[in-house]
Parts: sequence; C-alpha cells; structure tokens
Amino acid sequence: MRFTYLAVLAGCLLSALWLEPVLKVGVLRQVRRLALAVLPVAAAFLLWDLAAVHLRWWWFDSAQILGVRPAGLPVEEVLFFVVVPVCAVLGFEAVRKVLRR
Amino acid sequence: MTYTYGAAIAVAAAIACDVYVLRTRLLLGLVFWATYPIVLLFQLLSNGVLTGRGVVRYDPGRILGLRIAYAPVEDLLFGFALVLFTLSLWVWLGERPTPRDR
Repeated sequence: MRFTYLAVLAGCLLSALWLEPVLKVGVLRQVRRLALAVLPVAAAFLLWDLAAVHLRWWWFDSAQILGVRPAGLPVEEVLFFVVVPVCAVLGFEAVRKVLRR
Repeated sequence: MTYTYGAAIAVAAAIACDVYVLRTRLLLGLVFWATYPIVLLFQLLSNGVLTGRGVVRYDPGRILGLRIAYAPVEDLLFGFALVLFTLSLWVWLGERPTPRDR
C-alpha cells in the first residue's frame, strides 16, 4: 500500500492531462507562465504544510507513502502542490474554451 | 481549531488577492464558478481516499470535526485557497504580454 498517495496523485493527473491534447488548451506549452503561477503558491502552501506537520496538526501513515521525505515532508505531499494546481489550471482553461464555443 | 482559523485566513487572503491585489476578479466571473464545482468533485474524491484510508490523519483538537466525504471541512477551504491563488496568478500573468506566452 506504499503507493496509495502516489496513486491518488496519478489519478488526478490522468483526469486532467487529456484536456491538453483533446481540447488544445495550450496550458502545458506555456511552461514559464505555468511555473510562475504554480510555484510561488506551492512554496507558500508547502511552508504552511511543513509548519503544520512539524506542529502535528496532521501526519501521514508511513505504510501508505513511499517514505521519501525531502525536508521532512513526504515527496507525494510536495508533488501534491504542483499536481493539483496544474490540474486546476487545465480545468479552468478547458472550461473557458468550452464556454467560448 | 487552529487549522480552521488558518484555512479561513487563507481563503480570505486568496479572495483579497483576486479582487483587490491582482484585480483578476475571477470570483465575479462565470469561468471560475463553472470550474470550481469540477475541481471540488475531484477534491472530494481524492481527499476522500486520502483521509478515508488514513493516509493523512488530523489532530482532532486542530479541526472543527465536521467532515465531508471523510475529509475535514478545513481541507475544502485549504483547497479553495490553493486553487484560487493559482488561477488568479495564472490569469494575471496571461494579461501581461510576454509575447511567447500569448
């Protein structure tokens, strides 16, 4: 079960990534804009997360994560703050495109 | 309830950022509100798995105790703030013409 959290992230990505080729939203092509939108927010939320984990507001079941912990956070949790916002941007641009039709 | 307060402050900050700081005003438009229910559905699913299976566990003293699909209601606020901050920044960056991005 070490892959539970990773599988959830993969599920999120699979649910959203098809929007790029099928609806041609052009999000992943705009690497710079995407990085500038996602990374500062991810950094802020990661700091909050790091503090919360340090203070034991919440914690992770070590049986269901890979066990790789950069800076004390599970690597899946770090990826979460990139995967989820990228999926949200893909969804947003897809909706915008469909509404424009 | 410290997570409750933290999440509420994050939502307030994200709203202020969208409406007053970046002035992207996504909250006043249709696209955001058509997107958010989709995001919310996926959040309920993925968060439900993470919290329902106990991948993430919470100190009961830090949350209200109100849960939706296993996840503390605070997580929904946390997710809303994360998504609104990112989308505001995304739209704001799109409005400044860096020609390659257009």
